[in-house]
Amino acid sequence: MDTMELLRDLSQATGVSGYEGEPRAVARRALAPFTDEQQVDALGNLITLKRGMRAPDTPPHSIMLAAHMDEIGLMVTDFDEGFLRFTTVGGVDTRTILGQEVIVHGKRPLPGIVASRPPHVLPESEQEKALPIEELFIDVGVSEERIQELTRVGDFITMRREFLPLAKGYASGKALDNRAGVVTLVGCMEALNRMQHSWDVYAVATSQEEVGLRGATVSAYDTAPDIAIAVDVGYGLQQGVKEKEAISMDKGGAIGIGPNFHPLMAQRLIETAEKYEVKYQREIIAGRSGTDAWAIQVAREGIPTALISIPLRYMHTSVETVCIRDIDRIARLMALFIAELDQSFAEALGLPKGEG
Amino acid sequence: MKDLIKTLVETYGPSGNEEQIRGLIEETISDHVEEIQVDTMGNLIAHKEGTGDGKRVMIAAHMDEIGLVVTHIDDDGFARFGRVGGVSPITLVGNRVLFADSTTGVIGCEKWLRSSKLPEWEELFIDVGATSQKDCPIDVGNIAGFVRSFVDMGKRMVAKSMDDRVGCAVVIQTLLNMEDSPNDVYFVFTVQEELGTRGATAATFGIEPDVAVAVDVTSVGDTPEAHPMAVSLGDGPAIKVMDSGMLTHPGVKRWMIEAAEDADIPYQLEVLERGSTDARAMQLSRIGVAAGCLSIPCRYVHTPSEMVDYGDVQGSVDLLSAMLGGEIDLS
Amino acid sequence: MLLEALSNARGVSGNEDQVRDIILQEIRGYIDTYRVDALGNLLCVKKPRHASEKWPHKVMIAAHMDEIGLIVTGINENGTLRFDKVGGIDDRILLSKQVLVGEKEVPGVIGYRPIHLIAKDERDKAIEADKLSIDIGASDEESAKELVTVGDYVSFRTAFGALDEESRTVKGKAFDDRAGCAVLIELLKETYDLEIHAAFTTQEEVGLRGARVASYSINPDAAFVLEGTICDDLPKKKDTSPVTELGKGPAITFMDRSFVADRRLVELLVTTAKQMDIPYQFKRAVAGGTDAGAIHLAREGVPSVTVSVPSRYIHAPVSLLSLSDFDHTVQLLRAALYNLEGGLP
Repeated sequence: MDTMELLRDLSQATGVSGYEGEPRAVARRALAPFTDEQQVDALGNLITLKRGMRAPDTPPHSIMLAAHMDEIGLMVTDFDEGFLRFTTVGGVDTRTILGQEVIVHGKRPLPGIVASRPPHVLPESEQEKALPIEELFIDVGVSEERIQELTRVGDFITMRREFLPLAKGYASGKALDNRAGVVTLVGCMEALNRMQHSWDVYAVATSQEEVGLRGATVSAYDTAPDIAIAVDVGYGLQQGVKEKEAISMDKGGAIGIGPNFHPLMAQRLIETAEKYEVKYQREIIAGRSGTDAWAIQVAREGIPTALISIPLRYMHTSVETVCIRDIDRIARLMALFIAELDQSFAEALGLPKGEG
Repeated sequence: MKDLIKTLVETYGPSGNEEQIRGLIEETISDHVEEIQVDTMGNLIAHKEGTGDGKRVMIAAHMDEIGLVVTHIDDDGFARFGRVGGVSPITLVGNRVLFADSTTGVIGCEKWLRSSKLPEWEELFIDVGATSQKDCPIDVGNIAGFVRSFVDMGKRMVAKSMDDRVGCAVVIQTLLNMEDSPNDVYFVFTVQEELGTRGATAATFGIEPDVAVAVDVTSVGDTPEAHPMAVSLGDGPAIKVMDSGMLTHPGVKRWMIEAAEDADIPYQLEVLERGSTDARAMQLSRIGVAAGCLSIPCRYVHTPSEMVDYGDVQGSVDLLSAMLGGEIDLS
Repeated sequence: MLLEALSNARGVSGNEDQVRDIILQEIRGYIDTYRVDALGNLLCVKKPRHASEKWPHKVMIAAHMDEIGLIVTGINENGTLRFDKVGGIDDRILLSKQVLVGEKEVPGVIGYRPIHLIAKDERDKAIEADKLSIDIGASDEESAKELVTVGDYVSFRTAFGALDEESRTVKGKAFDDRAGCAVLIELLKETYDLEIHAAFTTQEEVGLRGARVASYSINPDAAFVLEGTICDDLPKKKDTSPVTELGKGPAITFMDRSFVADRRLVELLVTTAKQMDIPYQFKRAVAGGTDAGAIHLAREGVPSVTVSVPSRYIHAPVSLLSLSDFDHTVQLLRAALYNLEGGLP
């Protein structure tokens, strides 16, 4: 697996929450060689399974790895003289989309521009205010009559943003939140393919995280794992963000600590990282993590859950930026963690014994 | 069908107090289904068995309506209250409410006519005509619904609780009209939708459907200076694409659109930026359920004068019937 | 396509070399002489078909090569770049854009605080440019210095492309004024009984500076300025002027903030358009200024007019124009030059 190439393919795939078909296909192709089963459920989750090699007299155990594959975007709500009005799907700061090229997914993909009236013709006093979404529209350069043929209310809209490798192993693009997480899953499964592991591994590319952790809610119920690790992006240290709000770039995955995460899971991840000298950092999250981990932890009888965050700058903009090395580190850390899972860890967590 | 709607909207049934409305619905449909039951939460679940190996389908319309709950009665017999569901104070002053025991009250406001600002919750009270706490016929914890009679305006109808009694009427009428279907259909009249789709959450867990569709009202953008929304009264039932709680399953959306187009039923596509329906809860049940929503366009939602178009209502029955009549392909 | 190469070329005011090279390559076979002056203007002469004593013999046609952009003013400790704006940019369009920095075209992005870390009541405020920085992937000052230098020019990373085949709209950056440059190049491919002085000017966006010296040295008898201009045929609450409308033909300026057009030249253009059945429109606002503002005041004064290709969203990373407007602009100007051979009306 080439981390940069897979991240490029995933970043450029179109998959607003609820319509994750493209990134799902990319993820499926990438995961298929390393997994035994791949399924898609009613909410669009991609659930893959790699079976462990279990000693005959030990109970079966499983771990779920979850990374969401949906991205934030826009949706057509109305027409206005040949221009499209729209709403947001997921947390879009509408200040960041002015002058942004987009694709409107109508009968055929229509390239367009998020625009407003030119500032030259507006009162200067208004230039200090952000433009509210009501004053933005999408111009697809098509006549008023034809636009009605080509698009409908409810068509979704994605950012048209080419993936851009930067200097020093960094890369920028749209939807790296959380396609970068999906890449860690693939990296982990590929590494596991060369290792021994006794637990079954569900690698799940989840749907609809950005609109309320919906895919994780049902896929955790479905797979009913003994333990789980969610991988999502965290606020990377950047210009304008305080150190206490962020994690460092290029310092490895950030292992979540707080009520959303089982202390033994976090501890074991840290021990594994120390033992194999994989760079990592800690991220303290005092309450709601806002990630799939939040939903997975309370599925069924409750699931010991951990979170690994990929440091990412400019979250929820079309120029999200990650360090490729962090992705590789997280993939490796998870594979090493899984390879060492055994019955004693299950017992330490107080897991019910499976039906042998 | 207007008579059915009139009876449904004029029946008492705020969230958590759906006994009267449930009784009415049960009576109307019980002879037409193989099986009918009330679950622990109070949802009414009617089952029509399929003739073939079609899908297990759940159709949900909520029976409950928004209302008020008494929190305190003062020495002079005035009742202070909290809200049950999404009630806005702008709709309240001078309005009348009805309790389960038929006690009627009017809503008053402190410093009335002295202030032009929107009343605060703490300034509002219910007056049931009592002279003191002692002779007040209601008690803390009693729940009131709004009073407003049904008006047939011809093409349009207005009443309280069109949300979602008109949805109940659509589901009932569909059920009564329904002939053999390959699909195993569960018609569910849910409780406590207005408090967070609670009834549907439990009902779906129990039914474990393959596919679920809510029938509920939606807002419109066709009144003066309304928030832009491409749904209008009278342009047919709306097929929901997204609201703040749910994204319609792509296969369900296709199924609904094809059913409408094949049967030549005018329809609209809906993106609702604020609000959600039972479909939100249904899609998240257990391992996930393919879900969608058939919406009846409605003006002035959550006021005592909710207006719908009769053509939209009939179109909704036609669409739901067309959807359930054949094989369902969600691929 | 010529417009594509010009739009994609990088030429922030003061750094127009790349654009000039493309233009020169394209026009070499069609001009008699050229020179590059002290401000970087590319000044070309195309002699008349026949030697003629008729007036006017010297016609200047100008289009500016430069575009708005950014310039690196410093490097932060964390490896990101501070910048200033070059030309009139609305701060609000800078967020979340890709850019190219310096001659090496180092890719970078302009990021902003994640929405999650922004208080609700702050979300309606515009973000000022001095709160933003460019991220090139460098993690500290030293590694950034390996790649960029203070003073590097920064342009938006936008690719030219078609939007809709049927309406012939295209998108790209810097249509203001690469559209004018492309029209001028097309005009040079014909021969006229006039002495044509084609001026591809610099530094228009920072104060019409190139045109000022160019018109002084050419000292023409009449001047045409070719532009890409504001187009506000967009949804709005009140029924106000659209300035120009896309697809309605070249826009003739009668007056803007920088000059009043010569009435005879306006009449020449209108008459020619009617005669040739070419759609045209007036620029219906006294907004913006062009090189004509400098040219019409050169020496004793020069009769001048501006003709523009309407372009939506100029001064943003991506703008839009109609190729049919572009073609009509070329046709109108060509025919007007022929009509000018007999003198001003």
